[in-house]
Amino acid sequence: MSGANESTLSSEVAAARAALRMVTGEPGVAKPDSILIADGMQRNFGGLAAVDVAHLEIPRHAITALIGPNGAGKTTLFNLLSGFDTPTAGHWSFDGHQIEGLRAYRIAQLGMVRTFQLTKALNGLTVLENMLLAARDQTGESLVGAFRPRKWRRQDAEHRTRAMDLLHRFKLDSKADDFAATLSGGQKKLLEMARSLMVEPSLVMLDEPMAGVNPALVESLLEHVQGLRDEGRTVLFVEHDMDVVMTISDWVVCMAEGSVIAEGTPESVAANAEVIDAYLGRVAGES
Amino acid sequence: MDWTRILSDGLRSGLGINAAVYALAAVGLNLQYGYTGLMNYGQAGFLLVGAYGTAVTVDQWGLPLPLAFLFGIAAAVGFGLLLGLPTLRLRADYLAIVTISAAEILKLLVNTRQAQGLTGGPQGINGFANDFFEWNPIAQGRYGFGAVKFSHRDLWVILVTWALVVVVTFVMRRLVHSPWGRVLRAIREDEDAVRSLGKNVVAYKMQSLVLGGAIGGLAGIMLVMDKQFVEPKLFESALTFFVYALLILGGLARLMGPIAGGMLFWFFVSGSQGFLIEAVDNKFLGIHHVLQTDDIGPVRFMIVGLLIMVLVVFRPQGAFGSRDDVRLR
Repeated sequence: MSGANESTLSSEVAAARAALRMVTGEPGVAKPDSILIADGMQRNFGGLAAVDVAHLEIPRHAITALIGPNGAGKTTLFNLLSGFDTPTAGHWSFDGHQIEGLRAYRIAQLGMVRTFQLTKALNGLTVLENMLLAARDQTGESLVGAFRPRKWRRQDAEHRTRAMDLLHRFKLDSKADDFAATLSGGQKKLLEMARSLMVEPSLVMLDEPMAGVNPALVESLLEHVQGLRDEGRTVLFVEHDMDVVMTISDWVVCMAEGSVIAEGTPESVAANAEVIDAYLGRVAGES
Repeated sequence: MDWTRILSDGLRSGLGINAAVYALAAVGLNLQYGYTGLMNYGQAGFLLVGAYGTAVTVDQWGLPLPLAFLFGIAAAVGFGLLLGLPTLRLRADYLAIVTISAAEILKLLVNTRQAQGLTGGPQGINGFANDFFEWNPIAQGRYGFGAVKFSHRDLWVILVTWALVVVVTFVMRRLVHSPWGRVLRAIREDEDAVRSLGKNVVAYKMQSLVLGGAIGGLAGIMLVMDKQFVEPKLFESALTFFVYALLILGGLARLMGPIAGGMLFWFFVSGSQGFLIEAVDNKFLGIHHVLQTDDIGPVRFMIVGLLIMVLVVFRPQGAFGSRDDVRLR
């Protein structure tokens, strides 16, 4: 990428973040530039409405945190948006594509890639194989293409360069040839994040990226998340740790009992009485 | 006790047609279960479809045998698609139930009076494999070493079947070491992770099921070439479980697993039979007090079952498996 492009990109990101700060914080508010727009999302389990979100927009080029007490429906919403669960009702679009009813792999191919709360590093594959698996448009991944080893080996070599760069960035390069099973829990989170980047997503959805991660690693994970935004990606993440949320998010959405009860800048949400009542208050009361 | 006889019984069987056919069926199952994690408990059904597909094509329509082979394999492909379409989107257990039921249904179906015109019912079909033996270039005689000898007829079927095993294993090697094989191994471990990376998991599972089933169909064809007739009884579900047993014996998700497993399995089955016959005849260790000659048939499988249990406890990865692979599953 040339220097000119990089500075255009960083000014674009900065402009998007500045514009976002002008938005009034209220549930379902429209953003100047939204990458993901969801309407009337409902998911009922039996008689229980796990998710009931009237309208939600995720701003482009920003880090949005999805917070809320346990059972608020955050992960269910994640599953709905990423195609891993089917809503009872609802429409949503990603980057101008209507994606409701699309299967999960098609949504990922459009550039909306998620990670999981319980890490899904593929233990029986090496760290590098985990990365190579995720690369797009591989000739050798088709039954016919598998018989063209010269072509796919050349592709694999190109992907390996990119994979090693990413592993280096996430400090996993020395582990490249080890089985992913040998990584620590925190390293698996890092691997999952690095692997999702091999898909070249424009929206990265992280489900509790810091859960179970050694505190010493949290800081570098935070830097990585901010790094994703700074290279032009949009981040949506679920998190419980309020310190983490306050440190890195540009926008915060708070859910309780399936609905969005507040959204806004981190400061405004932290000061919101309903949020304190539903979430922060409960935590403060416990400690 | 004639130990050479026991050993040569084992060797003849370990190199023989059964070992080759089972190894071929296991190559297909290895792709499905070993590499992709698909629980296909109906491999016997794929063998049946291949075998009947070929036999019926020659018997009913008088088409040449090479064309009939293609029909048999195409029928196995169709069977795979039929089973995969409703089940591969569901959890793994559904495929297990559907495959085992479908294989049983097929076995009963070809046995019915209504199907008799086509399949010969319980009598089966014969006389469709004559061309295969007319192609035999091997001069009349017996070939082999020591007591391990095959007739020119048996040698022909054995050589062709082992040649198919080798060819199909080379194709597998290409496939499993490619990015395609990497996707399958990833699916075996966690489908959702693979989905989240933009891969069409259902399509990959279907390819694995159908390709493994087609190889099973080929094994069925060679089985009935050897017998020169086809009947429902050849495709009991025990066949499927023997193929599982030998695959575990040889090593799951290993290219050499099916070959080693096929040889070891039949070596043990016939070796233990030879041993029991000798032992009863020679009153070895007083075994004739508890066992009569008629008991030997079932008892040999008990011995093989015991061997497999011992193996699973002490060497779960099988003869060629990797310990890491078992541990990481």
